[in-house]
Amino acid sequence: MVVRTLPQYPIKKGEPAYKIWIFEPGWKGELPLITNPRQLAEQKRPALLPGHRLCAGCAAPIIVKLASLAFRGPTIVVSATGCIEVATTIFPYTSWAIPWIHNAFENSAATASGIESAIKALKKTGRLPYDHVDVVVFAGDGGTYDIGIQALSGAAERGHDFLYILYDNEAYMNTGIQRSGGTPKFAWTTTSPVGSVIPGKMEHKKPIADIMVAHRIPYVATTTPAHWIDLMKKVRKGIEVNGPAFIHALSPCDRGWRHAENLAIEISRRAVDTCYFPLWEWTPEKGYMLTDRSLSIARNPKLKQPIEKFLELQGRFRHLLKPENRHLLKELQEYVDAMWEDLLNRATNAPK
Amino acid sequence: MGKDKLVIEKPLYDRLPIAKPMVGVAGKTGLWRVEKPVVNNSKCTRCFLCEIYCPVNVIRVEPETGVEIDYDYCKGCGICADVCPVNAIEMKPE
Repeated sequence: MVVRTLPQYPIKKGEPAYKIWIFEPGWKGELPLITNPRQLAEQKRPALLPGHRLCAGCAAPIIVKLASLAFRGPTIVVSATGCIEVATTIFPYTSWAIPWIHNAFENSAATASGIESAIKALKKTGRLPYDHVDVVVFAGDGGTYDIGIQALSGAAERGHDFLYILYDNEAYMNTGIQRSGGTPKFAWTTTSPVGSVIPGKMEHKKPIADIMVAHRIPYVATTTPAHWIDLMKKVRKGIEVNGPAFIHALSPCDRGWRHAENLAIEISRRAVDTCYFPLWEWTPEKGYMLTDRSLSIARNPKLKQPIEKFLELQGRFRHLLKPENRHLLKELQEYVDAMWEDLLNRATNAPK
Repeated sequence: MGKDKLVIEKPLYDRLPIAKPMVGVAGKTGLWRVEKPVVNNSKCTRCFLCEIYCPVNVIRVEPETGVEIDYDYCKGCGICADVCPVNAIEMKPE
């Protein structure tokens, strides 16, 4: 048997990052969830190593990194075809310090179901040397909204115990910015170009998180990378529940959204501040619960900002800020307000 | 085959393609950089936000010495400078 030496982590000398992710057979226990930044820096290492091929300024690796800081032990990651898959696993190497599998575009949830069933079978026959092995899926919006929804719906219906994290960059960014079911109304993409005939995409975004709520699975949540404590807590809750869990994370894309490289965090913050992308979680017991910044906005409506604040940083909505398109902007603002009011009526912890 | 058993001399997993975790699968991505983050450690308050938000995980904050950036892999996106609450990180042309 060939003994392979693993590379050294370049930042902290003498302590390789992947070592925290090697669990010897017989390992028992649970990694703690740490939200103190200093303890986090001292005790935790992300599962995604530096030097991957994702664009500068992409928010998807931030989501992966924060999620991996909330893992509770041995974890297997399943990835649908998408930016993360093509950029982090360039044959024969991988940026992942943990076991990782890619199958096809449409069946990431089905692959996760199979892995979860295998783990269950090994546990039943006493061949699993761990207490628990978690399965986490990272899939983009193309692999979830459009192509992968039947596999996801089937896995949710069968009740497999896995966590599905959707990083939503709102178009097929990997293949060249084509529209998807997750693209918002009036957004520019290469297949819904802005011109004299149409003002960008003509349809609204599909409410994927509400579709998953309709499956009545144990945990559904929305989050963004800017609200990092919120993201880590939700990932941990999603892993700990017994059954399928779904997390919808907004992931700004500087190539496709046409914004400056350094604005990914600012834009996700503004998406929550303008109520374009509210933060909530849903459990069958408690129903819809607003969290973090959205709860503050529900308690103090003065904090809510107009939708222009979110649109002005992005080139894909540039046409909406022209004077002749003011009616389109008004329509979008009314839609966002109506969705926010609807959520406030459903949320159990919002002030009535 | 009959009763003969298939004898595998080498372990089977040695013949399968097994991916290895590696830092820098895309080479030294620091070559992509057009602007370089430069840290003023006397201004830094050790809030760790740059380390938490760095997409490439190249920033490390040492409580005593300050911020260390691995320029071999830093792509120069500028998120660290954008999230820094005291503007201790400045983007300078390479």
